[in-house]
Amino acid sequence: MTVTFEDAITRYDPVLGIEVHVELGTRTKMFDDAPSPAGGTEPEGANELVTPVSLGLPGALPVVNGAAVEHAIKIGLALGCQIAETCRFARKNYFYPDIPKNFQTSQYDEPIAFDGHLDVELSDGTVVRVEIERAHMEEDAGKNTHVGGADGRIHGASHSLVDYNRAGVPLVEIVTKPITGVGERAPEVARAYVQTLRDIFRALGVSEARMERGNVRADINVSLRPSPDAPLGTRTETKNVNSFRSIERAVRFEVARQAEVLDGGGTVVQETRHFHEDTGTTSPGRVKSDAEDYRYFPEPDLVPIAPSREWVEEIRASLPELPAARRRRLQAEWGYADAEMRDVVNAGALDLIEATVAAGASPAAARKWWMGELARTAKAQEVALEELPVTPAAIGELQALVDSGRINDKLARQVLEGVLAGEGSPEEVVTARGLEIVSDDGPLLEVIDATLAAQPDIAEKIRGGNLGPMGVIIGAVMKATRGQADAGRVRELVMERVQG
Amino acid sequence: MSTIDSAEVVRLAGLARIDLTEDEVTRLAGELDVIVQAVATVSEVAGPGVPATSHPIPLTNVFRDDVPGETLDRDEVLSQAPEAEDGKFAVPQILGEDA
Amino acid sequence: MSDLTRLTAAELAAALTAGEISSVEVTQAHLDRIAAVDGDVHAFLNVDAEGALGEAAAVDAARAAGEELHPLAGVPVAVKDVVVTKGQVTTAGSKILEGWVPPYDATLVTRLRQARMPILGKTNMDEFAMGSSTEHSAYGPTRNPWDLDRIPGGSGGGSAAAVAAYEAPLAIGTDTGGSIRQPAAVTGTVGVKPTYGSVSRYGLIALASSLDQAGPCTRTVLDAGLLHDVIGGHDPRDSTSLPEPAPSYADAARQGAAGDLQGLRVGVVNELGGEGYDPGVRDAFQKALDTMVAAGADVVEVSCPSFSAALAAYYLILPSEASSNLAKFDGMRYGLRVEPSEGPVTAERVMAATRGAGFGDEVKRRIILGTYALSAGYYDAYYGSAQKVRTLIQRDFAAAFEQADVLVSPTTPTTAFPLGSKLEDPLAMYLNDVATIPANLAGVPGLSLPSGLSDDGLPAGIQILAPARQDARLYAVGAALEALLLQQWGGPLLAHAPELAVAR
Repeated sequence: MTVTFEDAITRYDPVLGIEVHVELGTRTKMFDDAPSPAGGTEPEGANELVTPVSLGLPGALPVVNGAAVEHAIKIGLALGCQIAETCRFARKNYFYPDIPKNFQTSQYDEPIAFDGHLDVELSDGTVVRVEIERAHMEEDAGKNTHVGGADGRIHGASHSLVDYNRAGVPLVEIVTKPITGVGERAPEVARAYVQTLRDIFRALGVSEARMERGNVRADINVSLRPSPDAPLGTRTETKNVNSFRSIERAVRFEVARQAEVLDGGGTVVQETRHFHEDTGTTSPGRVKSDAEDYRYFPEPDLVPIAPSREWVEEIRASLPELPAARRRRLQAEWGYADAEMRDVVNAGALDLIEATVAAGASPAAARKWWMGELARTAKAQEVALEELPVTPAAIGELQALVDSGRINDKLARQVLEGVLAGEGSPEEVVTARGLEIVSDDGPLLEVIDATLAAQPDIAEKIRGGNLGPMGVIIGAVMKATRGQADAGRVRELVMERVQG
Repeated sequence: MSTIDSAEVVRLAGLARIDLTEDEVTRLAGELDVIVQAVATVSEVAGPGVPATSHPIPLTNVFRDDVPGETLDRDEVLSQAPEAEDGKFAVPQILGEDA
Repeated sequence: MSDLTRLTAAELAAALTAGEISSVEVTQAHLDRIAAVDGDVHAFLNVDAEGALGEAAAVDAARAAGEELHPLAGVPVAVKDVVVTKGQVTTAGSKILEGWVPPYDATLVTRLRQARMPILGKTNMDEFAMGSSTEHSAYGPTRNPWDLDRIPGGSGGGSAAAVAAYEAPLAIGTDTGGSIRQPAAVTGTVGVKPTYGSVSRYGLIALASSLDQAGPCTRTVLDAGLLHDVIGGHDPRDSTSLPEPAPSYADAARQGAAGDLQGLRVGVVNELGGEGYDPGVRDAFQKALDTMVAAGADVVEVSCPSFSAALAAYYLILPSEASSNLAKFDGMRYGLRVEPSEGPVTAERVMAATRGAGFGDEVKRRIILGTYALSAGYYDAYYGSAQKVRTLIQRDFAAAFEQADVLVSPTTPTTAFPLGSKLEDPLAMYLNDVATIPANLAGVPGLSLPSGLSDDGLPAGIQILAPARQDARLYAVGAALEALLLQQWGGPLLAHAPELAVAR
C-alpha cells in the first residue's frame, strides 16, 4: 500500500463509528444463575459454568439478572443518556456454533438507554464530544477454538471446539452516532473514547474493564468522504481490535487503505474486517450475505423492563464521582493550571498526587515531586510511576521534613535517593545519613569565621557594602557543612560577623 | 402481497439451515403459497391504531437476584454431545470469521 | 384384568390413603394395561417400568412408615414427550432428538416427583407439538381407542389416548392451539389448557413461547383439578409465570359437582360452532347447552368478530416463534448429527443436513413459513399484523366476558377423522383448531369435556372458556356440567368406547 495516513487525511474527511461491548462484572450471567467468568469466577475447565439456560438446552427459559439491569442503567446515566420508560429484549436470529440457541437475546429497537454523549479529552486538552446513540443489554457468546489450522485461526482448521463458559455473560453494547469533524485526530479520538469509557466502567464498578482480558471490546467503523459537507461514505467495520494502541493503528490503516481505493477510482466494499496485531493491517472477514437478515422479534420468553423513575433517580444518586468530574474537582482544589493538570493525568500521576496531598503535602509540592524527581527516575528505570518503591505517604513525610525546615530541597533529594534505594523511611534516612540541617549557630559560626579568615579580601568587600561575592562565602560554608546549613541563616551570620 | 415460489423457498431454507430436496422445494412452494394467501388477511384486519400484543398476560420487571445457583455436570452434558473433545463440544470446521 | 385401571385418580388416591391398595399394585396394573393394549394404541413412546415401580414402592414404604404424603402420592401419571425428564429419553416426537437424555427436569416434572407420583412413561405426540392428529410423530401415529383406524387428536394424542385407554389415570399434555383440548374432545376425555402462565413452561420444549401451556389430561374434571393443583403455581425459572398464588382447582371442581348452575351466564360465541362444524358435533353441543339451561344457566349470544382472523394470526405467530425456538436443533450439542453426503463437512453444512434429515414435513413447513413471516420487509405485514389481531381477540374476549361468566363452543368442528384423511391438505388439518386457537392467542383458560356422542357414534367435546386467571371457574362449571351429563347418561361417555383387544 502506498498511501499513508498523513497523506490520506489531506484529501479525505474520516468519519468514525465505534461499538463498544463491555462485560458486566455481575456474579451470575445475564439470563441464568450460572456463575459468570466476568464476575470473578475462574472456571477450572471448559463448560463448567453452564446451566440448561446458558447451554440453550431444549426447554430452558431465560430470567433477567436484576443486577445487570442496574449496571446498564448506571452506564446509561454516566453517558448522559435517557433511560427508557419501557424496553424489551429481542431475538437476533442467526446460526453459529458459539451461540447455543442459534439466536442471541439482545435489544433491538427498544434499548434501555439512548441519546447521550461523552466528552473525550485528548492528551493536549482538546475536548471532543462523542454523541452516543444507545446502550443496550445482551448476552455474550461462547468461545470457539479452531483445531488443526496453522495459527489457531479459522482458515485451514479441521474442526472446532466450543466452550460455553462465557455464553450468557451480561454485556452492554454502546453505539456512537457518527463521529465527525475529527480530521487527522481520528485515531487519537477513537483511542481516547474507548479509554475514557473504560475509566468510567471502572469508576462505576460495573466491570473490571480490562481490554486485554476481553472485558471491553471495540469494533471500529471507518468511512471516508471527500469533504466534511459531502454525504457519508461507505463504512467498514473492523473487529479483533484488542488494545488501545490497536485502535489507533486500525483507524490509521483503514483510512489509508480506503483512501487508496478511492484514489484509484474504486469503491469501498461494505464489509467486516479483521485487524491483525502483528502487521497493523486489516483484511476482509466473513462475507455477510443474507446472514444479515436477523429476523428480529420481541423475545416472547421475557417480559418488558419498565424502570420506574424513582428507581432511576435512586441509581443516579448512587453514582460515584466520574473520572472527568473528579479531575475537574481536583484541579480546582489544587489550583493547577490546565496544562499542569493535563501533564499530571497523562503521566498517570493523578491518584499518586491525590494520596500525597492526603498525606499532608501541598498540591504544589506533591506535583513537584511526582512530576519532577520521581518522573525522571521512573523514566530512567523504564518503569511506571506507581511501580517506584516509594509511597505517597513517604513523599508526604519527605515534604513535611522540608516544610519544617529540618532539611532543604537539595537534602531532600538525597533523602529520596535513600528511600528509593530501600534504606527506609525519610525520617530513617535522614538520621542514618545525618542529613539534617544544622540549626545550632555555634558550629555554623565556626565555619563562617574560618571561611572569612580564609578569604580576607572578600570579607573586606562585603564590609564595604559590596554584597556580590556573598555567594562565594555562602557557597563555601555550604560546602564545608555538606549542604546542611540554612543558606538564609548563613547569610545573616556572615553579615553579623563581617560588621562586628 | 408476496407469493412464495421455489426460489423463495430455497432462500428461506438457506436462512433456516434446512437441506431440502428438489421435490420438497416444489411441494413446499405450493403448500406455503396457499397458506400465505390464507393468512395474509391479517394485514387487513387490524388498523394502524391497534397496538401489538406479544404477551398474553401483562407482566413487567421480572428479575432474578444475582446469586449463583447449581451448574450442570459437564460430563453428563457432554455425554449427549455428538462429539466431544477436551471437555468441549467438537463441531465440524466453521467457515467465516472469528467472533 | 385389574379394576384398578378403571378408577379415577381421585378414587385411587382415596384408596391409597385409606391403605386399601398399594401404589405398586396400582402402578403394576397400569403397566400391565399398557403391555396389553399399547401395541395397538401406541400412546407411549417410552415406558419406564423400573422407575415407576421403584417410586411406587418407595411411596408405599413411606406411607407404611407414617410419613405425611401428598394426596396424589402413589398415583401414576404419564407425561407428554415434549416435557423434559431428567435421565429419561425425551424426543418431542422427533428424530432429531432420538435418544436424547436431558440432564434436568422440567419444573412440572419436579412437582410431580415432589408429590411422589410414579411416572409411567412418555407419551406420543405430533413432532414438536405441530399437528392436530399425532400423525406427524416421527415414531408412528397413536390410534384412537374408540376406533383404531382414527386419529386420537393432536398434538397430544398420546396423552389423551393413554387416559382414554385406561393406560394411565392422569397424563400431562401441552396446548398451544388446542393440543390438549382437541384430543380430549375426540377421545371422550377431559383436557384443560390453563391461563397462560398458570403452569411453568420451564422444561417444555418450546413450540410457540407466547402460546404454549402445559395442562392435565384426565377422565374427570376433578382429576384434572387435582393434577393442575400439583403442577401449577409460580415458578421463578419462568419469567412469564403468574406471580400470584393459585387457588385449589380440585376444590373448585368439588364445589361445582353439586350441579347448580343457577344464574350462570353462558355465552355462546357466534363465530365458533356454525358453518364448518359437523351437525352431529353441533347436536351434542346443543344438548349439553340445554342441560346447562335446565340447571339454571342463562344463555346469551355473543359475537367475537376478530375470531375469524384467529386462525390466520395463529398460523403466523406460531411458525415465527417456532422457527426461532427450533433453531437450536442443529447437531452441534445434542441429538442427531448428519453429515452431508458429498462436499466439505463444515458446521454450516452439517447443520443443514441434520435438520433436513431430522425434521419431518410439517416441521419444515412451519419453520420455512415462520422464517418468511419474520423476514426483513415482511415483518409488519405478517408477524406484526398477527400480533395486532391478537390484541383484537383479547378485546373481544373482554367484551364477551362482560356479558357472560363463561363462553362455550364445540371443542372441535368434527369427531375423530380417519388416519391419513387430512395429510395431503395442511390447511384442512389446521382447521381442526379453529375453536381452540382463540384462547391461546388471548391467554385465557379453556376446558374440554365430553358433550355426547355424535351421530357417527364417536365422542364430541364441549369447550368452556373463562377469563384469564379464572381457571377455578372452569373447574366449577365443568364439574357441574359433567355431573349433570353423567346423571343423564347413567355413566361416563367413555363407557361407550369399545373394549380394546388385549394382547397375550
